[in-house]
Amino acid sequence: MSQFKQALNLLWLQSGGCGGCSMSLLSAESPDVFSSLQSVNINLLWHPSLSEQSGCELLELMQSIIAGDIKLDILCLEGSVIQGPDGSGLFHRLSGTESPMRDYIKTLSLLAENVLAVGSCAAFGGITTGGGNPSEACGLQYYGSKTGGLLGKDFYSKSGLPVINISGCPTHPNWIIETLSQIALSEMDLAGLDELNRPRSYTDHLVHHACPRNEYYEYKASARKASDLGCMMENMGCLGTIAHADCNTRLWNGEGSCLRGGYACINCTAPDFEEPGHSFAQTPKVAGIPIGLPIDMPKAWFVALASLSKAATPVRLRRNAVADHIVVKPLHKIKDKE
Amino acid sequence: MSRRIVGPFNRVEGDLEVQLSIEDGLVKNAWVVSPLYRGFEQILQGKDPMDALVYVPRICGICSVSQSVAAANALASIQGLTPPPNGEIATNLILANENITDHLTHFYLFFMPDFARSVYQNEPWFSAAEARFKAIKGTASKQMLPVRAEFLHLMGLLAGKWPHSLALQPGGTTRSIEIQEKSRILSLLFSFRQFLQQTLFGDQLENIIALDSANALAKWLERAESSRSDFGHFLHIADALSLETLGRASDHFMSYGVYPEQGKPLFTRGIWNGAYSELDHSLIREDISHSWMKFQNEPKHPFEGVTIPSADAPDGYTWCKAPRLNGQVMEVGALARQAVNGHPLIRDLVSKNGGNVRDRVIARLLEIALVVTAMEDWAKALTPKDPFCSHAKIPDEVEGYGMMEAARGSLGHWLKVKNGRILNYQIIAPTTWNFSPRDADGIPGALEQALINTQLQHAETSKGDKIPIEVQHIVRSFDPCMVCTVH
Repeated sequence: MSQFKQALNLLWLQSGGCGGCSMSLLSAESPDVFSSLQSVNINLLWHPSLSEQSGCELLELMQSIIAGDIKLDILCLEGSVIQGPDGSGLFHRLSGTESPMRDYIKTLSLLAENVLAVGSCAAFGGITTGGGNPSEACGLQYYGSKTGGLLGKDFYSKSGLPVINISGCPTHPNWIIETLSQIALSEMDLAGLDELNRPRSYTDHLVHHACPRNEYYEYKASARKASDLGCMMENMGCLGTIAHADCNTRLWNGEGSCLRGGYACINCTAPDFEEPGHSFAQTPKVAGIPIGLPIDMPKAWFVALASLSKAATPVRLRRNAVADHIVVKPLHKIKDKE
Repeated sequence: MSRRIVGPFNRVEGDLEVQLSIEDGLVKNAWVVSPLYRGFEQILQGKDPMDALVYVPRICGICSVSQSVAAANALASIQGLTPPPNGEIATNLILANENITDHLTHFYLFFMPDFARSVYQNEPWFSAAEARFKAIKGTASKQMLPVRAEFLHLMGLLAGKWPHSLALQPGGTTRSIEIQEKSRILSLLFSFRQFLQQTLFGDQLENIIALDSANALAKWLERAESSRSDFGHFLHIADALSLETLGRASDHFMSYGVYPEQGKPLFTRGIWNGAYSELDHSLIREDISHSWMKFQNEPKHPFEGVTIPSADAPDGYTWCKAPRLNGQVMEVGALARQAVNGHPLIRDLVSKNGGNVRDRVIARLLEIALVVTAMEDWAKALTPKDPFCSHAKIPDEVEGYGMMEAARGSLGHWLKVKNGRILNYQIIAPTTWNFSPRDADGIPGALEQALINTQLQHAETSKGDKIPIEVQHIVRSFDPCMVCTVH
């Protein structure tokens, strides 16, 4: 392809994570992940699930990058940075070496043109920082919603950008591929990132958009238990109205999303999602009113509209909301032909 | 005697290091090291028991559903819940979707690319293996990825997404399936079957399932279509390299049983060591004598177990504990599952060569045929409009467990609840069994045993292959999942 003069070298490392963002990436479709990378002339130096090289071959590759013999255009980290125990980083020693993985991540981040945190663990610490954060994990440039992390709030990679946080647990394959494409096309800049340095290509949307339960939401016809069809915001802990992601417009595995799968959005693209302060599948309420209402809507208006729409809920929605399949179908308006 | 540290391994899920002592090309001793600790069992303490369904799938991105099913089973056991028939079937379909995807991923992306390494460049079969299975560049991965992605549309339909779904609940699944979705599921399964029959097997799935002995398999390979298939391709290479002689471990095989059909597992629970015996899970103990762990003087049943890491534990060399059944090292995985369940081909192979590199791969591919045909039957049995999920409260003080089979083998969750909160949560994952360290008696784990006494033919003969290729085959034949191992 003529617009890409030089191939961009991509190195993908994993640390305190589950590998789920890679597994999700392999589900990329139309086209597959290899074609997608090839189409923007990205050369995969190494990926833990895909590459042939193992063991010392990887260590030699990393040394060549550090020595400046191989240019590192894009460093992707999947998984959190592990700092424990007691700040030693030994909860994740890089196999075949005596050094904590953390040190390699830092060294390579300073050399890379672009640094990408793939998934909420690499971005913010994510699920690994749940509970008392037993492994002392953090993100590349954040710890939860606080800037800092491994690289510090003043870090900018050689390209002049901060760590790009492709958050999500896991990430949608296209969030990664499209961010990589933007970089390859030289179209990634600060304006393309939101306040948490997440690509706005997917975080300018809300999970709520195109949720198939929107009609239930409008009338506050709410689900009460798992597998009910109604809106899951009032009782089931759903955060789709405040979660930044395009899960219901782009869909997962061809035809799904959390909400389409019948369970609540837990806002997994946000920092601190792993510790909501309440049970995930129950909406906390104050005086019967769910907390966590849509952020850009005045609360009094929301409450007023909700009580109005609740009063106006059609029987169809009221009954279907608490059933696991459609029990009352939409009415037809058929005029008899005279 | 030279001591060699090999790692980091890739094309395994997560981080792995193996330490070997080698004398005249013979592996005299082996130590398997899991170098990453995250502490999920600690994270879970004090949580609402239902929140386990959010945390445990995130232990592992490749066995995510398996972790969910184990947790859902543990919660169901404390709630006294039985899912309705649709819930049981949908759970089976979701779990089978993950397990078969994993088998496929293992074969095409993790295991076979090792035969395209330059160490084999003088072998007569090399150029064909390289063209087909070379990492990233080979024709197979390019062909298989879209098939894998389409197969995972079942997740989109049944579980919302993969990995990390909350659709799997103690009482069934959250996503009821309507009649039009049932037909989508059946057509996706048909499309997947076509790939398997045309490309992986060169034969009907039923004919693969019907192979009942090593002789039958050898005869099957004589068919031109079999020989040309990817399975045939592997069998030819396995013959040329005598992979059936590589990587024998303890030959004690265990399966927790999986895929309940009206409560009765499709693949049965039990032990196989030349004869079948029942599995008494009260005899499971976890030993920490060689782990970087503390505060446990003797091996403990997971109900009593604790997980407190200690980087300076004197004899520790891994974050992995050493599970034993009645003191015995167990091998788990597809080979174990099919040996326990009595598939005649696998029983015959195991009786000849025990557990080994070739037969672990054969069992995985056989299982693809077995499970996909079962999936077709399950999908047909879905009854739209009937319930998918039942419900119950969790008692304030109770204990329970969930045992199931992930792609890689036996996965168990043990859970204690007090004051409505998780008091203790202990997990033993498949690779915890297979890649365990030594126990207090100094008995090495299954992979360690599989490596010891391996004669390294190809070590250091070729530039760029400094990890002995035999070690790579043996390690990957277990399809290890290291993120599950330590969790």
